[in-house]
Amino acid sequence: MDSPSQPSPPPPAAAAEGGPAADGQAAELPRLTVTQVEQMKVEAKVGEIYRVLFGNAPNANSLMLELWREQHVEYLTRGLKHLGPSFHVLDANRPWLCYWIIHALALLDEIPDDVEDDIVDFLSRCQDKDGGYGGGPGQLPHLATTYAAVNTLVTIGSERALSSVNRDNLYKFMLRMKDTSGAFRMHDGGEIDVRASYTAISVASLVNILDGELAKGVGNYITRCQTYEGGIAGEPYAEAHGGYTFCGLATMILLNEVDKLDLASLIGWVAFRQGVECGFQGRTNKLVDGCYSFWQGAALALTQKLMTVVDEQLKSSYSSKRPPGDDACGTSSSTEAAYYAKFGFDFIEKSNQIGPLFHNIALQQYILLCAQVLDGGLRDKPGKNRDHYHSCYCLSGLSVSQYSAMVDSDACPLPQHVLGPYSNLLEPIHPLYNVVLDKYHTAYEFFSS
Amino acid sequence: MAPSSTSSEGASDEWLPPSRRPELADVVPVTQDDGPHPVVAIAYRDEFREVMDYFRALYFAGERSVRALHLTAEVIDLNPGNYTVWHFRRLVLEALDADLREEMDFVDRIAECNPKNYQIWHHKRWLAEKLGPDIANKEHEFTRKILSMDAKNYHAWSHRQWVLQALGGWETELQYCNQLLEEDVFNNSAWNQRYLVITSSPLLGGLAAMRDSEVDYTVGAILANPQNESPWRYLKGLYKGENNLLMADERISDVCLKVLKHDSTCVFALSLLLDLLQIGLQPSDELKGTIEAIKNSDPEADEAVDADLATAICSILQRCDPLRINYWSWYRTTISSQT
Ligand SMILES: [Zn+2]
Repeated sequence: MDSPSQPSPPPPAAAAEGGPAADGQAAELPRLTVTQVEQMKVEAKVGEIYRVLFGNAPNANSLMLELWREQHVEYLTRGLKHLGPSFHVLDANRPWLCYWIIHALALLDEIPDDVEDDIVDFLSRCQDKDGGYGGGPGQLPHLATTYAAVNTLVTIGSERALSSVNRDNLYKFMLRMKDTSGAFRMHDGGEIDVRASYTAISVASLVNILDGELAKGVGNYITRCQTYEGGIAGEPYAEAHGGYTFCGLATMILLNEVDKLDLASLIGWVAFRQGVECGFQGRTNKLVDGCYSFWQGAALALTQKLMTVVDEQLKSSYSSKRPPGDDACGTSSSTEAAYYAKFGFDFIEKSNQIGPLFHNIALQQYILLCAQVLDGGLRDKPGKNRDHYHSCYCLSGLSVSQYSAMVDSDACPLPQHVLGPYSNLLEPIHPLYNVVLDKYHTAYEFFSS
Repeated sequence: MAPSSTSSEGASDEWLPPSRRPELADVVPVTQDDGPHPVVAIAYRDEFREVMDYFRALYFAGERSVRALHLTAEVIDLNPGNYTVWHFRRLVLEALDADLREEMDFVDRIAECNPKNYQIWHHKRWLAEKLGPDIANKEHEFTRKILSMDAKNYHAWSHRQWVLQALGGWETELQYCNQLLEEDVFNNSAWNQRYLVITSSPLLGGLAAMRDSEVDYTVGAILANPQNESPWRYLKGLYKGENNLLMADERISDVCLKVLKHDSTCVFALSLLLDLLQIGLQPSDELKGTIEAIKNSDPEADEAVDADLATAICSILQRCDPLRINYWSWYRTTISSQT
C-alpha cells in the first residue's frame, strides 16, 4: 500500500544555489568561517553533479540513476577474499569488515555461497572462550565486534552459522561489560558510550538472551544522552550526533522504554539534518556524508511506527511545562527474557502509521549520484574514496528510503518510490538491527525455539 | 625505579626486527590463527606481522614486563586502533608502577597523529583519572591544541567535557567558547560546549542564573546570521523543559519577527514561531499580520483559508522548505490533533 504523501524530488537547483553559506547573507559578512567555506565547497561539487543530470535528455536520467550492482558486487566480493597492506589499520575490526561486506551483498541479494562456511569458521576463531567476539583471532572480546560478528552470522543464516554463537557465554560476557550505572562498556576496562549499549542490547535481543538484568539502567543512561538539540550524543552532555541518535533510539525501542525520550524534538532534529545536497549530515552545521543516509534515515524510519507514543507525548507536553521525557517512568517491571524477546519482533510487524518524515526520493538521489563510485563501492561524498563501511551504510540507507513509503515493512515499493530503474530495489532490512529482513526472521525462529 | 614507557631506546637507530633483538631471544613468536581458509585476510607487511607475532606471545603469556611495555608501544605505533594492545599496556603499566605522566606524553604524541581514534582518548581518560585534578589544565591545553586543528573533533570535545566534570578547570571555559564562536559562529560543537558550561559550571550559578544574558547573546548571534541553525537550537535549549518561561520571554518571538522582516522564508524563524504557538503562545497582532503578509505575498499559495495561525505557518513551510515537505505535512497533522 502507498502512504499518503509522496513528494517529487526537490528542484535540481536546490543544491547549486541558496543554502546557509552561499546566499547574500554570507556576502555581507566580513569574512567566511571555516564551516561556511567547507560547506560551499561541497555544495559546489554536488551542484555540478546534479546540473549534469537535470541538463540531460530525460532518458539519460534513468541511466545515471542506475545502481551499479555488478561493480558493487565485484568490489565487495574482492574485499571478502583479499585486502591490501593498508588495511592493517582495520586489523582489530575484521568482524566489521565481514559485516559491512556481507550485509551489503545481502542487500544486493548476492551473497556468494562458496565463502559462507569460511566466514563462520573465521568468526569462530574470533569468538572468545569466555564469550563475545574480538576484532580478530585471539583479540579481547569487544561489544562492537560482537555485534558485527553476530549480524554477519545472522545474515549468512545457515544452521551452522546460527548455532556457532555460544549464547551462554555471550550472556556472561555482556553482564561483565555492564557498568554500575547500567550502561555498557565496550570491553574489559573499555569506554562507556551509547554505541556500547546499542551493540549489547541489539545482539542480546537478536539471539534472545535479553533480560531485566542486562536491561537494567540502560534506558536511564540513554535518556541522559539526549541533548537540548533533540538528537542523542555519545555520552551525557556531548553533541547530538546521527550515529548515536540511531543507536540510542533503537536501543530504547528494543527495551520498550522509548517513551522516556522526547520523540518530537528528536524527530525535529533528525529531519533538519537532511540538507540542500539531499543527503544527511551527522551533526548540525557539519558536512553531508553518505553513511548518515542510514543512521539518520533509519532513525526517522523507526519513528514512523512510534506515532502513538509521539501523540501521547505531544498531548502531555502542551498541557504541562515538563518535557515528556522527564516524567515517564519505567513501567516495564518484568524481567523475564520472554518479555524482552518480542519487542524487536513486534516492532517490525507493526505498520508504519505515517509516510516517511524525510525526503526519501532526494536521499536516493544523493546516494545514487554522489555516493556511488564508478568502479564499484560507495563513499562519504564526492571527492572521497570508497570504503566498505560507507558501501554498507549507503546501501542500508538506500534500502530504508526505498521502503519507507510503504505501510508494511516487507511490502514491495511502488515504482514511484524507487528512484531510477526499478531494478535498483534492494532487499528490505529490519531497521532495529540492520540485517536483511528475511534473514532476521530465520534467526528469530532459530533463537526462539 | 619506574621504567620508561617510551619504545626502544635510541629511536634514531635503524629498526631491528624483533627476531634479531637479544632481549626477545627467548620468546617464541605466535602466528595469527586465521584458519585454513581465511576471509577478509589482510596482506600484512612483514614488519607488522612479525611485531604482532611477538606481541601475541607476550600477551598470551600475560608477561607484564618492561620489554612487553616496549613492544606494546611498537604495536600501537603500527595500529593505534588495536584495543587489545592498549588494554594489555594498561595492565603492564600498573604492574610496573610506571610513571603515568610520562605515559601521558607518550599517548599525546600518538593522539596528535591519530586524533579520531577511540582507544587513544580512552587511554587518556584512564590516565587522567589516575593523575587527578593536577593534570586538568594540561589536558585542557592539549584538547585546545587538537581543537585548533579541527574544532569539531568529537573525541576531543568528549574528553574535554569529562576532564571539566571530573577534574575541573572551568575558570576560562566560557571565555574559550566565546573565542571559538568568534572564530566560527557556525561551530555547533562550540555551542554545545557552551550549553554544558552554562548548565553545569560550578562557577556560574546554572541555567536559571545565566538564562537572561544567554538569550541576549544568542539573539545577537541569530540576527548576525539568521541562516545559522546552531543559535536557533541553542535558544530553544535555554528553555528546555520550561515552556511557560519560553512563551513569556518576548525576546523569542521578537527575534523571529525581526528575521522574517528581512527574510520572509527563514525556516528557522517560522519553525520556532510554530513551536511557540504549539505550546500555547497567544499570537500578537504583529505576529498575525506578519504571517498573513507572508502568506499573501506568495502567488502560489492556495486560496483555502487555514484553520489557524499554526496551520498557516505549516503551509508556508511546506512551500518554502520543499526538502522537508514530508516533515511539515506530518507536523501539520499534529496541530489538528491537539485542538
Ligand atoms: Zn561517513
